Amino acid sequence: MTKEKKTLNLNFGPQHPAAHGVLRLILELDGEVVEKADPHIGLLHRGTEKLIEHKTYAQAVPYFDRLDYVAPMNQEHAFALAIEKILNLEVPIRGQFIRVIFCEIGRILSHILNVTTQAMDVGALTPTLWGFEEREKLMGFYERVSGSRLHANYFRPGGVHQDLPRGLYEDITKFCQEFPKIIDDLETLLTDNRIFKQRNVDIGIVTKQDALDYSFSGVMLRGSGIAWDLRKSQPYDCYEQIDFKIPIGKNGDCYDRYLCRIEEMRESVNIINQCLVKLPKGPVKTQDAKVTPPPKKELKNSMEALIHHFKLFTEGYRVNKDEIYKAVEAPKGEFGVYLISDGSNKPYKCKIRAPGFSHLQAMDYLIKGHMLADVPAVLGSMDIVFGEVDR
Amino acid sequence: MNTITDLEKKINSELTTKIKSSYIRHNQLYLNIDSEDLKEVLVFLKNSASTKFRQLIDITAVDYPENNQRFKLIYLLLSHEFNSRIILSYSINENELIPSITDIFPSSNWMEREVFDMYGIKFKDHPDLRRILTDYNFEGFPLRKDFPLTGHKEVRYSEDAKKVIYEPVKLEQNYRNFDYDSPWEGTKYLKEINKKND
Repeated sequence: MTKEKKTLNLNFGPQHPAAHGVLRLILELDGEVVEKADPHIGLLHRGTEKLIEHKTYAQAVPYFDRLDYVAPMNQEHAFALAIEKILNLEVPIRGQFIRVIFCEIGRILSHILNVTTQAMDVGALTPTLWGFEEREKLMGFYERVSGSRLHANYFRPGGVHQDLPRGLYEDITKFCQEFPKIIDDLETLLTDNRIFKQRNVDIGIVTKQDALDYSFSGVMLRGSGIAWDLRKSQPYDCYEQIDFKIPIGKNGDCYDRYLCRIEEMRESVNIINQCLVKLPKGPVKTQDAKVTPPPKKELKNSMEALIHHFKLFTEGYRVNKDEIYKAVEAPKGEFGVYLISDGSNKPYKCKIRAPGFSHLQAMDYLIKGHMLADVPAVLGSMDIVFGEVDR
Repeated sequence: MNTITDLEKKINSELTTKIKSSYIRHNQLYLNIDSEDLKEVLVFLKNSASTKFRQLIDITAVDYPENNQRFKLIYLLLSHEFNSRIILSYSINENELIPSITDIFPSSNWMEREVFDMYGIKFKDHPDLRRILTDYNFEGFPLRKDFPLTGHKEVRYSEDAKKVIYEPVKLEQNYRNFDYDSPWEGTKYLKEINKKND
């Protein structure tokens, strides 16, 4: 008697807690082995790119918070840099340092979420509880500087919206002293944990060649041993003045990517510390009155300020005709904005390059031949957030 | 090869006839080609020892409804070895079929699907050209300039039918598209009069 091979189709998501959002994954299973994975995305598609085409440049900034909503400011950064490059705006040095501080806070926010929820996906609950306590503090910093915990709208073309409020400097310094201890604690729970290693070591291996072919970036690329980080290779803002290391993995499996993220958090703390020491005094945004709105108190006394205020908040500023691609090293990888301006006050086209999109594309390649239980582990280590994948 | 200018020279000398125009801005190299030459150019850029653009960052299209060749396709490439970027572009007509590059860069699969989904541009020999970001059974191509921002259909849960239903979009107030062109120069009809006088 011949044995007939029968595959089973399984719908993973869109409401599965380990899918990290709204992913519908159609799996073809042979027993417990995955033969094929077909991700259906777009369940969170909001048409961000279309909306941006209908908004002025200043109004477009908040849409970037809503992409990768666990590290909002990193996205705003790419958009702000693109416009600054076209308009040839110089960001004051204090503004640059503040931006880098908040980019690194965003990186820690994102990595804590990823590392701890990945641990939860493979069965560990405690790291999540410990990690989220720290995230709460970081989001407190976001709130104090921008007025909002998540959707900050803080980075503006030309600098940042406002200076650090009183006391924030000291609190960030204090956080940087305490946080390495928390990373150590997380590591004692996970790094040598037998169950965590069993679930992650040698799972979802990416070779160097495949990492390049599948357009991987960020930790997905570094975990496979390719030393590439835009903060080093194509530095923006004041990253050039800061001394930091890029951790890279060796085997390209889920466990290496976890280790990379842990090390990156330590480096981020290091970067923030250096920025705090070097933080100069001065303005935080460009003084070009055609881009930066005047301070509120001047509106009552200065005719010119009133006109600028009115013009900037109705018409907005115009950006001359140009095309540019500008990328930043977001926590998840290379986040880029391809901007076409036509001389009006709205972008003609704004293509958002989200790292998660390319990563998720490789799901079929990564999971083929693995067990069903490895799906959450691989998905977790890819660091998917649907806000940016679906846009 | 150290600078981007050297890179431009090198590419222009190797691919002489294939490159229609090239220029450097913002430290990036912009190349314009013909759609028939796409694959050859990409294979060269990817494999040549002096370029090594081994990563495809993104593919996207731009809609220029008033142009003769309506769409412009854009390929963003990155070379880790030489730390440089290329922006490759070519223009096509509305119903032109363009070659898929999934055999050169596997990652182009979803990127091409997205371009198809958003602009309705079809790719020849693509293994699986389905919509990707929009809803199942979606109609129209959202990023074309003639697609309205508000869309055509809206969904709601119907208590009577006990399911989610699709209806044509009904807005209490139309989307307001303000004329931002500088009010200082007067309203539109004044501008037209001025133009006539010129």
